[in-house]
Amino acid sequence: MVNPAKEPAFPHRHLLGIEGLSAQDISFLLDLAEAAIEVSRQVEKKRSTLRGRTLINLFFEASTRTQASFELAGKRLGADVMNMPVATSSVKKGETLIDTAMTLNAMRPDIIVVRHAQAGAVHLLAKKVDCAVVNAGDGAHEHPTQALLDALTIRRNKGRIEGLTAAICGDILHSRVARSNILLLSALGARVRVVSPSTLLPPGIERMGVEVFRDMRAGLEGADIVMMLRLQRERMQGGYVPSAKEYFRFFGLDEAKLCFAKPDALVMHPGPINRGVEIDSAVADGPRSLIREQVEMGVAVRIAVLEALAQHLPNG
Amino acid sequence: MAESEFRVKSSSTTAIAHRPLVLVNARLIDPAKLSETMGGVLVADGLIRDFGPAIASANLPAYARIIDCGGDCVAPGLIDMWAFIGEPGAEHRETIATATMAAAAGGITTVLARPDTNPPVDEAAVVDFLLRRARDTGRVRVLPLAALTAGLDGAEIAEIGLLQLAGAVAFSDGARAIRNARVMRRVMQYARDFDALVIHYAEDRDLAGEGVMNEGEFASRLGLAGIPREAEAIMLDRDIRLANLTGARYHAALVTTALSLDIIAKAKADGLAVTCATSINHLTLNENDIGDYRTFLKLAPPLRHEDERRAIVAALESGLIDAVVSDHNPQDVETKRLPFTEAEAGAIGLETMLSAGLRLVHSGEIPLGRLIAAMTIRPAEILGLSQGRLEVGAPADLIRFDPDEPFVVDPAKLHSRCKNTPFDEARMEGKVKLTMVAGEIVFEAK
Repeated sequence: MVNPAKEPAFPHRHLLGIEGLSAQDISFLLDLAEAAIEVSRQVEKKRSTLRGRTLINLFFEASTRTQASFELAGKRLGADVMNMPVATSSVKKGETLIDTAMTLNAMRPDIIVVRHAQAGAVHLLAKKVDCAVVNAGDGAHEHPTQALLDALTIRRNKGRIEGLTAAICGDILHSRVARSNILLLSALGARVRVVSPSTLLPPGIERMGVEVFRDMRAGLEGADIVMMLRLQRERMQGGYVPSAKEYFRFFGLDEAKLCFAKPDALVMHPGPINRGVEIDSAVADGPRSLIREQVEMGVAVRIAVLEALAQHLPNG
Repeated sequence: MAESEFRVKSSSTTAIAHRPLVLVNARLIDPAKLSETMGGVLVADGLIRDFGPAIASANLPAYARIIDCGGDCVAPGLIDMWAFIGEPGAEHRETIATATMAAAAGGITTVLARPDTNPPVDEAAVVDFLLRRARDTGRVRVLPLAALTAGLDGAEIAEIGLLQLAGAVAFSDGARAIRNARVMRRVMQYARDFDALVIHYAEDRDLAGEGVMNEGEFASRLGLAGIPREAEAIMLDRDIRLANLTGARYHAALVTTALSLDIIAKAKADGLAVTCATSINHLTLNENDIGDYRTFLKLAPPLRHEDERRAIVAALESGLIDAVVSDHNPQDVETKRLPFTEAEAGAIGLETMLSAGLRLVHSGEIPLGRLIAAMTIRPAEILGLSQGRLEVGAPADLIRFDPDEPFVVDPAKLHSRCKNTPFDEARMEGKVKLTMVAGEIVFEAK
């Protein structure tokens, strides 16, 4: 898809975050992903871009959809994909992150996809290995492929991103999805709002160029995109918000609150959803929900990211 | 008080409510302007329709009911921001019925009920219960305070949004301070989103320790463990810093020391949404009144040194202290007739708050207007209430009182279910003659 004779169109060896990507880089990945959608829609889903390459999924945090999505993306591009069972590996026996990285590096993988509970852990690992590293989520920092798949979904449904108003609602404080989306959507010219109780807002978030709302009515007013975030169960019980009941009443997206947004506003959620906590079933399953499409775009985006990084692999 | 008469508020609007009621020949106290004039107040449909020098019996329609006040003071009904009422769970100490009789007789027309009841007011259903009980059995308005933290445990944020929707007027953990600063920070952040007023009882429980009275010479002579003034100031200082961090509206339930006043003064100078109240007891009594281990004067926070009392009075006069509260806390004989250390803290105060406050007026320590403002318009402003002011269109919550009528406090005649008054047998000047809530007379001395 890319002309190997020229300078690589995607100038980065790793994908560690949206931060550091130019609008051009992002658009390049989105265009690549757009083309990759067809890969998964055919009977013959196999490509040969990564044939002979090894991709390791290194998920220190449990994940279903992201890990499966990367695994499929890797396999459809012809790579050998290995899922590291971190829970039963030597990591559990006390091995440090760097030792794990060095060990894996010695096995000569081409791409490592990493998720880790600590912000910055993926960057640390990237410095210690020779292969390409993809951040599949580090703590509350970044989750770049999620933001890319969200952007692709928006672009396909709205035809553009520039000039749209996107309201990201819920637990911003603990959300890497929110941070990556704020960076990406802002970079592409969308107006980004965050809507959340103060207890779930990172201090100083307005300096990231977003408008802050603490009320759903005001926050959704005139929004084109309503992006809901998951509220972790352990955060519903009084530490950050009083209860799931109160959270749903004031910050959960139901039909009544969705009415504040534009009539053609679309609803997104990175999943997995908590029905009746941050989103009502009628909305999650309703005609304006893009939640299932997001999952499909997830595979396409990850195919695109792997393809883009493949250009930099030795002998690539 | 056999010469008095109580009337239960009628819940329906009757023809009588439409008949204008006029108080004439009164010394009108306007707490907003800290001014007074001779004149009258015209009341109809539960509201103040007009007031001023022009309202006199000569120019009123024949069908109006006219009450000649004979030169007595007429002021807005008092708003008490801090009272323990006992319902639910401590009905043997007080009920809404008995507390509001005491309040009506004392000129208090709005009472904020502390939420540290059993069960605590931390669920919308309890707020609803209180509002219905108040409607059915209360003689004056009872506004529920609801919990800041679930179960008043100081750990998890209470359902502030749902409690507010149910009718909670403000939020507090009662006489339990929130120890953990991280919890307090989150509570204040969350309350801020709902523009909910956080009322906190500022006491560092660890520093207060086993103390039972003010720390100092007198406690040492009595052989009692003291509570340093810093127990209040340290917590208050923490709270103000968190109010600054979070932008929450913060009200200190009870300030009793000059140290606290410095903190409040700075917070106000910095433009923070910070207010405070003190109790009628701390304005009019000091630690020496404990005398021979009188447990009725065991209070929380404790009565302080006379220097502190003077500082509190001066701060009330300057407006630094916004409100005066009764800190009504009925305790029965079983919890008071005990050695000082073992006795419960607290004193009743609804019925004597105004009379005790008038002591300060008679002694020249504070002007009448300022005292009334701290019991009416300032609480109304802090709480966002329409009553508590002499204004056309405001609810006709009014009181008539003779500021000079002498009497001796006889606990047996007080209406509270408990008789633990610190003013037992005290001589006072100033009695409430009539109390009106929403244009209806709920108490009248005969």
